[in-house]
Amino acid sequence: MWRYIGRKLFVYLLTFIVAVTINWMIPRFMPGDPVRSMLSRAQVSDPEALERMTNYYNDVFGLDTPLHQQYLSFWSGLFRGDLGISTMLYPEPVLDIILRSVPYTLGLLLPAIILSWIVGNRFGAFAARSKVLDNTVLPVGYVLTATPYMWLALLLAWSLGIIAGIFPVAGGYSFSLRPEFSWLFISDLLAHWFLPFLSLFIVALGGWAIGMRNMIIYELEADYANYLQALGAPRKLIRRYAFRNAMLPQITGLAVQLGTLIAGALLTEIVFNYPGLGTLILSSLNSRDFFLLQGIFLFVVVGVLVANFIIDIVYVLIDPRTRVQMTGGSS
Amino acid sequence: MTLRVNDLKVYYQTLRGDVHALDGVTFDLADGEIMGLAGESGCGKTTLGKSLIRLDSRMRHVGGTIELDGKDVPIADDNAMVPLRYHEISLIPQYAMSALNPTRKIGRMVDELLRARGVRPADVADELRRRLELVGLDPDVLNRFPIELSGGMKQRVVMVISTLLDPSLLIADEVTSALDVSTQRAVAESMVEFRDRGYVKSMIFVTHDISLVYQMADTIMVMYAGHVVEKAPAGTVINEPRHPYTQMLIGALPEVGTTTVQGRLEGIPGTPPGLLDPPTGCRFKDRCPMAFSKCSEQPPLVEIEPGHWAACWKTG
Ligand SMILES: Nc1ncnc2c1ncn2[C@@H]1O[C@H](COP(=O)(O)OP(=O)(O)OP(=O)(O)O)[C@@H](O)[C@H]1O
Ligand code: SF4
Ligand SMILES: [Mg+2]
Repeated sequence: MWRYIGRKLFVYLLTFIVAVTINWMIPRFMPGDPVRSMLSRAQVSDPEALERMTNYYNDVFGLDTPLHQQYLSFWSGLFRGDLGISTMLYPEPVLDIILRSVPYTLGLLLPAIILSWIVGNRFGAFAARSKVLDNTVLPVGYVLTATPYMWLALLLAWSLGIIAGIFPVAGGYSFSLRPEFSWLFISDLLAHWFLPFLSLFIVALGGWAIGMRNMIIYELEADYANYLQALGAPRKLIRRYAFRNAMLPQITGLAVQLGTLIAGALLTEIVFNYPGLGTLILSSLNSRDFFLLQGIFLFVVVGVLVANFIIDIVYVLIDPRTRVQMTGGSS
Repeated sequence: MTLRVNDLKVYYQTLRGDVHALDGVTFDLADGEIMGLAGESGCGKTTLGKSLIRLDSRMRHVGGTIELDGKDVPIADDNAMVPLRYHEISLIPQYAMSALNPTRKIGRMVDELLRARGVRPADVADELRRRLELVGLDPDVLNRFPIELSGGMKQRVVMVISTLLDPSLLIADEVTSALDVSTQRAVAESMVEFRDRGYVKSMIFVTHDISLVYQMADTIMVMYAGHVVEKAPAGTVINEPRHPYTQMLIGALPEVGTTTVQGRLEGIPGTPPGLLDPPTGCRFKDRCPMAFSKCSEQPPLVEIEPGHWAACWKTG
């Protein structure tokens, strides 16, 4: 068990190092002068400030020091939590900007993905057992998964936001409020959170429900289910087994979803102008803010790796087959 | 008489029509009898086994009756069958290798199954261990997952589970087919031992391996295309078969009755008729060297000498 986790950990560590290295290489080996192209995009009118920035970035990129030294100082900066300073929001440190956005993205995506997963699995399992539900849930599920996300999001924003006027359609909170721990602010936050959350939730729901339904039906046809039925075991027991076994591929699916978390965030956050990592990526791209981009990508990579590692361990705990494989097979 | 099957007809419903997999099967099985059930692939052996315990959703009971220990077996009524299953009639399925839930420890699965069938696991725990040891397994297998067991071990575990409640009738569907020769012998011997100890009263042992069944079975029944063609004591079927199909089947074996040669059913020219729209008359007539005009009528299964049944116009 520990050897297995150690091995996994090693692989993830290696992936991390490679990702960081690539991340470091991109701006440095890109054609053209990264500093100039960055600064040309930054709207700085004060020549003195421009001068300061130019010096700072030349220094950070350390174009006059040898490459390996640049690389090492990049790593040591990383360990100190120093991801550089943004040009877009000069002179704010990249880390601060990212940390400000991360809660929005996670707060949006984690509940959307996990709740849609839980609810979808329940629905799918129900559908597998009742004809009526199957005939309703399944078509709805197919329609939902086939709906382009953009279209659904706009539809929601238009109907619930603009026509019904129940929910705000843009931003993380009202401009008139300041972030604080008060009922007013929190309810405002939730109101802004709801539509982007709902759109993500609905789009993911159908896929999970269909997947679960198909898996359960498959499991109910499996040999062990037939054997138990031949021995007169009640359907309740067989369904319990089928549900549990059908969950395993769904958990893998969840892991994959969590892995593509950021990509999922991008579209939603842009549609609803939500202040998370997705919009941050977009604006940092627009303003050629390499440090910010670099920082975000590092975060994404770490997030994906951590999510996968957690799923790996969960999988080992719930599926005896992986457990057997890693202790060296059957006797 | 333990089991009495009379003119049993079970069809598979398919999009192209009914597959007449069992088309009037009649036989008796005595107390303590081990009956080998042989015949080419697709002749309806598994279907017969399933028809005695549980019809799947595509199977339809078309006619005929089953009686076990004097009581009717209501095979068409799935709910009424439940009390009989496992307690009275049990099954070792053809797919025994995959018959165990892969994500449950075997012991836990057995406990859950027993509890669901109204048996306190503690009441049979000792017996379970004893029987596992009897078939040469360490009772510790109960703490393992199915994947941790070899195919032969799984086979024996399923055998012990299926017979744990001492059923009257056990259907063992090709329990030895996937095993190597020495394991086959061991499993077959355990089956006989189970019968001798009274764990099961009587047994239907489906197999392709005639020489194996010759050694362990009391009687052999041969099926062809959904019909019973011959049933007799094992020695009679092997040494003096009367039905042309049985004769060719036995004749196709390399060395009949020897212990060294493994007999497999093969080598009769032609193929059995399709069961979707079976021909009238004797179903073997297209391949039968002795076929004559009368064979366009279906020959009845008659007792040609005590305990020896055959369905052929030439033997009647
Ligand atoms: N689910 C099904 N739907 C339709 N036809 C079926 C189905 N299962 C079996 N059959 C048909 O019923 C006939 C009998 O099948 P069965 O499985 O009983 O054969 P078998 O004698 O056990 O063969 P084997 O030795 O290969 O196990 C075959 O002709 C087969 O094509
Ligand atoms: S009834 Fe006729 S065709 Fe059938 S086995 Fe006998 S002789 Fe052959
Ligand atoms: Mg079969």
